Amino acid sequence: MKIAVLIKQVPDTADERTLDPETGWLNRDAGDNIVDEINERALEVALQVKDKDKSTEIVVLAMGPDEASKAIRKALSMGADSGVHVLDDSLAGADAVRTAAVLAAALKGIGADVIVAGNESTDGRGGVVPAMVAEHLGLPLVGALSVIELSGGKVSGERQGEAGTLTVSAVLPAVVTVTERTAEARFPNFKGILTAKRKPVNTVSVADLGVQDPAARAVLVAHSPRPARVAGKKILDDGTAGTLLADYLIENRLV
Amino acid sequence: MSTILTLVELTHQGEVSASARGLLAAAASLGTPVAVVATPTPLSEDAISQLGALGATGIYQAVGAEAATVLGTPSVEALAGAVAALAPQAVLAANSVDGREIAARLAVRVGGALLADAVSLRTDGGQIVAEHSVFGGSYAVESTVEGGLAVITIRQGAIEGNAPAATPDVTTVELSGSGAGARIDAVNDAPVTSSRPELRAAKTVVSGGRGLGSKENFVLVEQLADALGAAVGASRAAVDAGFVPQTAQVGQTGVSVSPQLYIALGISGAIQHRAGMQTAKTIVAINKDGDSPIFDVADFGIVGDVFTVVPQLIEALGARAR
Repeated sequence: MKIAVLIKQVPDTADERTLDPETGWLNRDAGDNIVDEINERALEVALQVKDKDKSTEIVVLAMGPDEASKAIRKALSMGADSGVHVLDDSLAGADAVRTAAVLAAALKGIGADVIVAGNESTDGRGGVVPAMVAEHLGLPLVGALSVIELSGGKVSGERQGEAGTLTVSAVLPAVVTVTERTAEARFPNFKGILTAKRKPVNTVSVADLGVQDPAARAVLVAHSPRPARVAGKKILDDGTAGTLLADYLIENRLV
Repeated sequence: MSTILTLVELTHQGEVSASARGLLAAAASLGTPVAVVATPTPLSEDAISQLGALGATGIYQAVGAEAATVLGTPSVEALAGAVAALAPQAVLAANSVDGREIAARLAVRVGGALLADAVSLRTDGGQIVAEHSVFGGSYAVESTVEGGLAVITIRQGAIEGNAPAATPDVTTVELSGSGAGARIDAVNDAPVTSSRPELRAAKTVVSGGRGLGSKENFVLVEQLADALGAAVGASRAAVDAGFVPQTAQVGQTGVSVSPQLYIALGISGAIQHRAGMQTAKTIVAINKDGDSPIFDVADFGIVGDVFTVVPQLIEALGARAR
């Protein structure tokens, strides 16, 4: 089985994240950029299939600036076999529709049996790109799985909905997204880090992929930082704090 | 006035989902709201009058058995059919697990673009402009769609108010029974039905963290929530420790809330948690450790033991009520 895993480099959620004051785009220089945690879980799903069946081939696909190659190397050190990096300056600030068109074109070249992605990134939080990719490729989307079983030419699992869960399945090929309730990702071991350097990464441009720009696009028209919250009153409990808090809530008509 | 389509989600019992009110209210502020729904059997009279009461001037229902057995794509087909028939100015869907996947597929299918997780919508010079709250409310960003249909997902609970009631015209079409979609093999309802308000829409939220120490002790959070008529939330640490189900998680990877009052009990306030609650109007924090980052965003902070402060608070509130 050939598995493609979509990965995205994002700012570490443990750092302060900012937008570039000029463009309103993500500021990539503000802190550490890492493989999104949810993508590492998606990769873990693929690696567990490979643990059971060594003939499994895992290709990671990322679109992003030069630095995104680090995210691909991380995935290779965890155990993926090869990488595809869509690198093109014209993609800076691309919206979800354009991103999905580009990823879908790259995926056509990869020809995977199943495409695994996280359900939403921690930076944009849109949660829409995998569904768009599925539409481009004419594939079923088996989204938001908290439990996943990949075998016998089929994917099945538990989908986490708003009011409960659904048991869902699809015959492969399909696009699958996982939630953070799936297994935590493994750490790269020493051997993995060494061999990652020798694994192939294919860098491609928009022209290489022959993908047309979608006619419609989302455009940023304004952006502004909200004033940071200011810390208010802080008291040390001297045995009356509960009563003082009740007074505060009542005075401010909050109860 | 231009037509605005709204995707109405149904529960598997055929009831109109709670997101319909906000979507129809947002649609009515932009144009003429039409509800679009994929359903295994034609909508009941009750459902039709309910959608009318919520402001739908029209209902476009696509009927077919696959609406109950195929994931998402029947709704995409219903919306694509309504787009072709009604030439709307925009399509609105809830930023829910189902809604955003359906909206995403639709945007590609009809050659539109997508604006995700809008917290408000307005019209500016004939164009629809969406406002987004980015990085847990650290930034306000506005966006619009150029060159095609605007497909917009809307944060649940963000739009207040109601559209004026209408008497909807109902159009019924049949689903084609084709199209790529995953199979729904079984529906498993959430085991707990609570009388507490829904987390996203609650005016007051009481959340507990690792500081509660155990599942048994977490009852304290529920007691305060019930005293205030509030929803119960939790930090990721409390969820990971098994104190509460994951559906209660507030933060970067859980639910984002913007209530009038947010009370954090035994929560240190990691940046990932603050990203999900710092847009609350008023924040109250009670924690043993006076250096916890939660106090940086709290309007009223108490350095103390939740197990002494909270019972006293409940007692004091009860005394005032009497």
